Amino acid sequence: MKQFWKSMLRSPSGVIGLIILVLAIAVAVFGPLLFPNSPWRMVQRPFLPPFTLSTVPLGTDALGRDVFAGMIFGARVSLLVGLVSTLVALIVGVPVGAMAGYFGGKVDDALMRFTEFFQTIPSFALAIVLVAILQPSIYSIVASIAVVSWPPVARLVRGEVLSLRTREYVQAAVVTGQSNTWIILREILPNALSPVIVLASLMVATAILLESSLAFLGLGDPNLISWGYMVGAGRTVIRQAWWITVFPGVAILISVLGLNLIGEGLNDALNPRLSREGR
Amino acid sequence: MSKRVLLGILLACGLTAPALAQEPKTGGVINAVIQPEPPGLMLAMVQNGPVQMVAGNIFEGLLRYSPKLEPQPELAESWSVSDDAKTYTFKLRKGVTWHDGKPFTAADVLFSIEMLKQTHARARNNLVQVDKIEAPDDYTVVFTLKQPFGPFLGIFEVGSMPMVPKHLYEGTDFKTNPYNNAPIGTGPFMFKEWQKGSFIRLVKNPNYYEKGKPYLDEIYWQVIPDAAARSVAYETGKVDVLPGGSVENFDVPRLSKLKDTCVTGAGWEFFSPLAWLWLNNRQGPLADKRVRQAVMYAIDRDFAKDVIWNGLGKVATGPSASAIKYYTDDVPKYPYDPAKAKALLKEAGYKGEKIRLLPLAYGETWQRWGEAVKQNLQDVGMNIETIATDVAGGNQKIGDWDYDIAFTYLYQYGDPALGVGRNYVSSAIAKGQVFNNVEGYSNPEIDKLFADGAVATPDSKRKEIYEKAQKILVEDVPVAWMLELQFPTITRCKVKNLITTGIGVNDGFKDAWLDK
Repeated sequence: MKQFWKSMLRSPSGVIGLIILVLAIAVAVFGPLLFPNSPWRMVQRPFLPPFTLSTVPLGTDALGRDVFAGMIFGARVSLLVGLVSTLVALIVGVPVGAMAGYFGGKVDDALMRFTEFFQTIPSFALAIVLVAILQPSIYSIVASIAVVSWPPVARLVRGEVLSLRTREYVQAAVVTGQSNTWIILREILPNALSPVIVLASLMVATAILLESSLAFLGLGDPNLISWGYMVGAGRTVIRQAWWITVFPGVAILISVLGLNLIGEGLNDALNPRLSREGR
Repeated sequence: MSKRVLLGILLACGLTAPALAQEPKTGGVINAVIQPEPPGLMLAMVQNGPVQMVAGNIFEGLLRYSPKLEPQPELAESWSVSDDAKTYTFKLRKGVTWHDGKPFTAADVLFSIEMLKQTHARARNNLVQVDKIEAPDDYTVVFTLKQPFGPFLGIFEVGSMPMVPKHLYEGTDFKTNPYNNAPIGTGPFMFKEWQKGSFIRLVKNPNYYEKGKPYLDEIYWQVIPDAAARSVAYETGKVDVLPGGSVENFDVPRLSKLKDTCVTGAGWEFFSPLAWLWLNNRQGPLADKRVRQAVMYAIDRDFAKDVIWNGLGKVATGPSASAIKYYTDDVPKYPYDPAKAKALLKEAGYKGEKIRLLPLAYGETWQRWGEAVKQNLQDVGMNIETIATDVAGGNQKIGDWDYDIAFTYLYQYGDPALGVGRNYVSSAIAKGQVFNNVEGYSNPEIDKLFADGAVATPDSKRKEIYEKAQKILVEDVPVAWMLELQFPTITRCKVKNLITTGIGVNDGFKDAWLDK
């Protein structure tokens, strides 16, 4: 573990990514404490440009709502959706991939055809359809993002498991009569985890983008403010008030960039060939 | 004289003496936006807003209505009412021809009414009090009513009762008649071509019965599906007329400031769209009158008018819009008063039960309004959950009474008997429909007042009845009235006389002319 942090901290992109992520999480967790008022509250005259009043540093939107407060609260929704939907996708994708890779044969065929079924549909289109059918709410959004993002996880895990399946220590475990579940959980998965972790960090970024795109199209949870909603609501007035879209847009950009940098850093740190080069 | 000098003089004239009437000029082509693209142009079959807007220039009714909703001659040049208010005699204009050259006569009127009874729900409803219709000669039509019906002279506008050519429709299947796609009317403009998804082209009717009219040669109704693109089309000069509702409200101030741009809110008096919140009177906290009153006090309607509608429209005082007959503002008032709302909620024993709010899925303006109302209601302690839905889904929920609060706006058609009563009388409670008494308000006194008001004579008696009804309704708050909406029409200032009647652009091109 110490080794891991060491190599993680040696990669500059990883460090920058970590700093961004920690900041974003801090904003999401503690920000709303600094802004006890709801971000939906109309606090000033509408279309107030940024940097004119210190109480609303980033200006106000079409209804006079504080853009800065919206961004703080939006961080919570965007990160939460990103993390939770990734977690759900992992919970579905990892077992599917592990079973397919470990048991092979008909089980593999069945599970992979099932996975491909999801992969053949363009993921964003599928997400839109699911949210529209289930009616937009935070739950349906998380669910639909998870549904469209688990197949790559399953395929990746399957590939890893397929290669690990033939290693001597796994065969030794089989010979000693350990149960399949035990072997998958104790012997195979821990060794297949590093690429999954890298993938997961990128999936969080994708999920944030997906949520933003859905909210942009008006398919966000109408009771929660999110960055994508702010961009979507401000889009039509962009010629009068650029700041309503630009600031949340920058927030999306930075957090997605941060997660990608972390992914890169993790890749460096977890890849044995790369990390040993530095020694 | 150079063009620039001429323009300067014209501008100076326009600025210094706006009241000076100018002589209309003949000729010119106008490009107007039509939004959304109409499903058809046969006004007797479909009556959506955009259909009326285009087809109102092709077809005509017996009467037009001034901005004050006084009847004016159109295909009928005069009319008289018998002393018992049961017989209405219309004298038709002579020398009127259909676009295919056949003369327009009383037979066409009789046929149109028979056809509309089958194809036009509102016309059928308007004609319920009619006992028989006769044509003693080719240019006279006599309506005999079962009993006096006060608003009768208000049902002859082109969208409510368009005249249809008998010789083309009699004995045919109305739905599949080929003339539905190339409508033939008596109006100032004739249908020429329709490139689906692109434009509808109308050309001048050279044989129009009012000599010299119409002044314009052609009208192109441009179909542009995106709101932002419609604003741009105006800015770049592709279109000269943006009828009400064709651009988003927040674009209106910007477009209004452009050079040579005129904006008017007139031309909607006949429809008087009134926006309100359906409040479900049947169940939950809103079954309590005090909670409904609290909703009225909690919502900052001036904010909605000034910010969301950019100052257009008027705060509603009650069930009738102010242009509707017998409107009175002598009713209980509900100013923005959150403290009072809180007190009323407390008195009613509201404990934070969840209340579902359905915004109207008609675009950005309505979405923002939904958010503002939600915030207003939350500020006084109501627990509001917004339900996201599309237009069809929203209609279904409202029709099934599966809501607590829902946005809507309805046309009122000039008279409380035509457009107001339907939302409050208990006989209009019918599941599955979205324009009737959706809130489930039931008050025998109101039922009686609206029943009496429709048939009472004389006018002063009706006035008394409807004023009483308004007072009772405003006290009971069956729905929360928000705003009298105004849909501004934006035009280049060189387009003159476009809006002269109570239905505005819908029949306005008859008188419009282009100052070149």
